[in-house]
Amino acid sequence: MKKILHVIALILVLGSVIFWAAAGANRGWTKTSVPKKTLDEVTGIEGVTYEKHFVPGVDFLAAAFLCAGILAGISFLLRTKSNDSQNKI
Amino acid sequence: MKTKLTILALIASVGIALAAPQSFDFKDPKGINNAGFKLDAPLESINGTASGISGTVTFDPENPVTTQGKIVVDTGSLMVPNSMQRGHMLSDKWLDAAKFPEITFESKEFKNVKTDGNTTTADVTGTFTLKGISKELTVPVKLTYLKDKLGDRMPNTKGDLLVIRASFSIKRGDFNINPGQYEDKVSDVIELTLSIAGASPK
Repeated sequence: MKKILHVIALILVLGSVIFWAAAGANRGWTKTSVPKKTLDEVTGIEGVTYEKHFVPGVDFLAAAFLCAGILAGISFLLRTKSNDSQNKI
Repeated sequence: MKTKLTILALIASVGIALAAPQSFDFKDPKGINNAGFKLDAPLESINGTASGISGTVTFDPENPVTTQGKIVVDTGSLMVPNSMQRGHMLSDKWLDAAKFPEITFESKEFKNVKTDGNTTTADVTGTFTLKGISKELTVPVKLTYLKDKLGDRMPNTKGDLLVIRASFSIKRGDFNINPGQYEDKVSDVIELTLSIAGASPK
């Protein structure tokens, strides 16, 4: 059980870092939509529309690291099966 | 003699009609008109836009000093890229969009008016209302009069366009938006930019 929690925590850390890096390594806040600029050629005004698109930010990384930390913490609270108890069985 | 007087009266009335101020409607069917806002914050600045613009401005290209009008921004149209931040921004803790659905600027006086070709710059004094609080502000504006250009933007429609651009700053504390609070997280100063075009069909 302890090992499983360690593996899940590791997957969570590595997975979140890979996902964050692959999505553009945004060092700001997580974005749920991104602004798209369009130029009106007659007036010269640059309009902004928003498209739904998830871009993870540093808060996403922090949340993933926190979850991984909690899992690791729980794993330390679990008792390890001792060799004596295994021998008795 | 009577015919000459009639012709003179006709010419004069045409002249008056041509010189009369035009009314420009700023509700943009193309959705390009926008008001941008920026607030400094520790990790990255908060940048957003509002697209729900309406209002009317009367503008006389021959006499821009007489320009008057009111621009209205729908508070609910304010957007930022993070949906949670947007929710906080529109909530009763910040802008209270449900109670104060409009942000307005109504002009009172145009000063330092300078016209060069189709472009006029001026300092506009008017009443800015945000979250139910009205303050008098003087804002530098640039007006660009585009004669007979409405058809280029909206096919089969004849008329003129008036483009208004303005950049100015306000303090959120002056408008009862958490005055003196959270300034370590969100700056007190809000930078605003306005880029809007109004139509005057003929």
